Amino acid sequence: MDKYKNIKESFLNNFKDFENSLNGESKSDFHKIRKQAFNNFYELDFPDRKNEEWRYTNISPLLQQSFSIPNNNIKLDATDLPNHILKGIDAYVMIFVNGKFSAEHSHLENIQKGIKIRCLADCIKNNDKDLLQHFGKYADCKNNIFTSLSTAFTTDGAFITVDDNCVIEKPIYLLFLTKAGNVNIQTQPRNLIVAGKNSQLKVIEHFSSTDNSTYFTNTITEIVAQENAVIDHVKLQEESINAFHIARMEVDQERSSNFTSHLISTGGKLSRNDLTSKFNGEGGEAMLNGLFLIEKDQLFDVHSFIDHAKPNCNSHEHYKGILDDDSHGVFNGKIMVRKDAQKTNAFQENNNILLSTNSLINTKPQLEIFADDVKCSHGATIGQLDNDAKFYLKSRGIGEEASKEILLHAFASDVVNHIKIDAVKNYAEEIITERINERKKES
Amino acid sequence: MLLEIKNLHAKVEGKEILKGINLNINEGEVHAIMGPNGSGKSTLAQVLAGREDYEITEGEVIYNGKNLLELSPEDRAREGIFLAFQYPVEIPGVSNTNLLKTAMNEIRKYRGQEALDAMEFLTLLKEKMKIVELDQSLINRSVNEGFSGGEKKKNEIFQMAVLEPQLSILDETDSGLDIDALRIVANGITKLKSDKNAIIVVTHYQRLLNYIIPDFVHVLYKGQIIKSGGKDLALELEDKGYDWLKVDKFQVTG
Ligand SMILES: Nc1ncnc2c1ncn2[C@@H]1O[C@H](COP(=O)(O)OP(=O)(O)OP(=O)(O)O)[C@@H](O)[C@H]1O
Ligand SMILES: [Mg+2]
Repeated sequence: MDKYKNIKESFLNNFKDFENSLNGESKSDFHKIRKQAFNNFYELDFPDRKNEEWRYTNISPLLQQSFSIPNNNIKLDATDLPNHILKGIDAYVMIFVNGKFSAEHSHLENIQKGIKIRCLADCIKNNDKDLLQHFGKYADCKNNIFTSLSTAFTTDGAFITVDDNCVIEKPIYLLFLTKAGNVNIQTQPRNLIVAGKNSQLKVIEHFSSTDNSTYFTNTITEIVAQENAVIDHVKLQEESINAFHIARMEVDQERSSNFTSHLISTGGKLSRNDLTSKFNGEGGEAMLNGLFLIEKDQLFDVHSFIDHAKPNCNSHEHYKGILDDDSHGVFNGKIMVRKDAQKTNAFQENNNILLSTNSLINTKPQLEIFADDVKCSHGATIGQLDNDAKFYLKSRGIGEEASKEILLHAFASDVVNHIKIDAVKNYAEEIITERINERKKES
Repeated sequence: MLLEIKNLHAKVEGKEILKGINLNINEGEVHAIMGPNGSGKSTLAQVLAGREDYEITEGEVIYNGKNLLELSPEDRAREGIFLAFQYPVEIPGVSNTNLLKTAMNEIRKYRGQEALDAMEFLTLLKEKMKIVELDQSLINRSVNEGFSGGEKKKNEIFQMAVLEPQLSILDETDSGLDIDALRIVANGITKLKSDKNAIIVVTHYQRLLNYIIPDFVHVLYKGQIIKSGGKDLALELEDKGYDWLKVDKFQVTG
């Protein structure tokens, strides 16, 4: 524990500065939650590789850094936003710069009846009852040092609530843009989404950076899908190649709700995505899809956990990775089928392509099944591109590199093709194409 | 001469499969290669197309005056060689049109020709689809994925029609086809045949050869061509099988 005293002290100092900057707010109910969370953080140890949940992911590069609270007065250049905002998207847009909501750049006009899209900072200031009712109830701090840390410093994010029976036509697009300018800053975007009974909602979280700075994003999204709600979530993670990105998404699914998640990621220096979906009622559906493309010395870790706590629920998970150079990927897919959860269908698949001899993937399904009438399947593949397919393409006159490109695209496309919002799908395609073309230039 | 195979030996996983093949093919000719299962017919076809799993231990192959064995698979295709696979590969996520467009334009680039624009390409596809009566829906689907056996074989000939090769190697393109599909595929191949190109037909049956009359029929047995003849040899093989030849062979070499 003492090994990481420095980083803990630095967070302690940050927390003091943070409190001093709060003025009156430091007496608020919300700040009590923060303080409690910070105490938690201070008591807990950072996980090392003896911790089963972190066995393959060494976070010491993160712990050797120290981070500061971002300056409030950051100005965006004219090109900053257009270069990062998702092209052609027709959505309610919330832009966060260095973790702070920017009303100036956001578009929240003509909002459909039945949905409230608010920034967390305002709700905190107003001691919003709804916020206090839900905040932190799903992503529990107690035993999670990163959640504690994130909660302690929570300042802003999106708070979205949808009334019962409301189908929200436009997606909500959240852009978290980091402009660190070579200052090691920490941000902790915090989102809370509560979708009422029979409601429908699409949300996109997009993490991007204006430069290659080192910084730390520690983000949490809590989602509640009430009975029969349909939520479609996409996360685009395009952080700086030097960024540390720790993320947690907790989804509570009530009876007959339907949750879809897509995670498209080009990683960071070190990124970890924890996703949990929990069925609290019967008839729920969850689909978790993901694609990551990493290179150089990037470390990318996704830990999913599907908690089949109730009978008659279906989960479908498919994660794919493309790894190049010395990159390292981790996939851990836990499926818990509790004693009562009869007639569970759980499907999990993880496919990886290693483009270099030095790249590495650790993939681990973790099935804990306590019911007897269930269908669970899981599979993992690790390989190079399919040689038969490559030869087939070459035998038609297509060159080595072009063949590889075509096959990589094909490998990636089945995850991307499931994305329902066209603008997001096209953007994801662009990210993939860019990555693949970059590879070509280097080789 | 279009293709000259001289004393070709090939190995896979330490096992010699081709044991001295000799074969000469001129423009305008159709050669049928027959022989029992496992005799090396597909190996020969794959070796000619440039499959790297096979190690060439001896011999040479001259194609249009060039040393074929030095060329990459893609360059062989660009030089006009086409292999219709015995087992066409399924490639999920890659559409037939994408494959053909990329192939077409890479071949054209190699030959110093301009890429086709989208309209020209679509017109070409439409025209070629008719040759094998291929359904429009199939060409937009992923390459061979979920195709029936017959559709896969038709798709091979469709690709051949688009790429207009000079030397086509058809590895059991007739196997598994019902009578209607066989007629369509055979008529397609006949339309593509000219006095400028040549076709190697690997087959177990006479029925395709009723449509595409071979100039020569060769029997491949244990990695060697043990007998060559005219079109009547195929009929004789269908009638008598291969056993009588094996005896012949011993007499020749013994
Ligand atoms: N990649 C490979 N690895 C190992 N053995 C192989 C490989 N390819 C071919 N062989 C072996 O080489 C021999 C010849 O196979 P080939 O496929 O060329 O026969 P064929 O004449 O085409 O047979 P068929 O009529 O059944 O298609 C067989 O014994 C086969 O098992
Ligand atoms: Mg064969």
